[in-house]
Amino acid sequence: MVLATMLKSGVSLEFYVILATILFTIGVLGVLIRKNAIIILMCVELMLNAVNLLMVAFSTYHGTGDAQVFVFFIMVVAAAEATVGLSILVLLYRNRKTVDVGMFNKLKG
Amino acid sequence: MSSIEIIALALGALTIASALMVVLSMHPVRSVLYLILTFFLISANYVLLNAQFLAIVNIVVYAGAIMVLFLFVLMLLNLSKDNEPRASNIMKLAASLAAGALVIVLVAALKDAIYLPVVENVQGNSQGLVENLGQLLFTKYVLPFETSSVLFIAAMVGAVLLSKKEKQIID
Repeated sequence: MVLATMLKSGVSLEFYVILATILFTIGVLGVLIRKNAIIILMCVELMLNAVNLLMVAFSTYHGTGDAQVFVFFIMVVAAAEATVGLSILVLLYRNRKTVDVGMFNKLKG
Repeated sequence: MSSIEIIALALGALTIASALMVVLSMHPVRSVLYLILTFFLISANYVLLNAQFLAIVNIVVYAGAIMVLFLFVLMLLNLSKDNEPRASNIMKLAASLAAGALVIVLVAALKDAIYLPVVENVQGNSQGLVENLGQLLFTKYVLPFETSSVLFIAAMVGAVLLSKKEKQIID
């Protein structure tokens, strides 16, 4: 019902494409601007969610559910990435007593 | 402007605003809470887009599981506003310029994109319901589904191995 109303009114696919683009860029901005490693991981999650929103929008406007299955797989990968990334961060914090990404430079010669 | 158009625009604006607050708020716990708000707003967008099941899954998995994990680690490491690492002003300016340039380039490129014609009511507007998604997941996409379980096992083993004490890894 909602979809039929949406298509008749002016909410176009382009609106969701632009919205997802802006959300993705905010994620990129966060990765660039913040030095806290946990916030950087959170901004990566935000970028993944922007792609999820785009997938769902395309799925709805083209009338198939395939893209929504892909959103599931993106969520699976995001969950796995978050667990491993956070445990690596806890380990790094134990060694360096900081989460500042600028301080993780031990491999630098 | 119709009412649904106003709702969509307001939801989009709110989503962008709370996502911006994730990046701009200096306190890490506040960032996490704003990100949870962003996930709820994205779920509202899913409901508007007729993806009801994904909206619930998004709240359960992202806001319920992943963000609690982030909050847990944040509390565990005892980070506060005082020892929050800050980027220099030049870095902030350069990052803002780069992100602004990126959004301009992406929007300009997408403006010329030719979209396929919108298909209406192929599956009677039920493509977002659990019945149809389960059907797809266990027939067409059963191989990626099973493979993702291997990924989960690998992630679990990796997380357990990493969070053990260093001595036990060496022994």
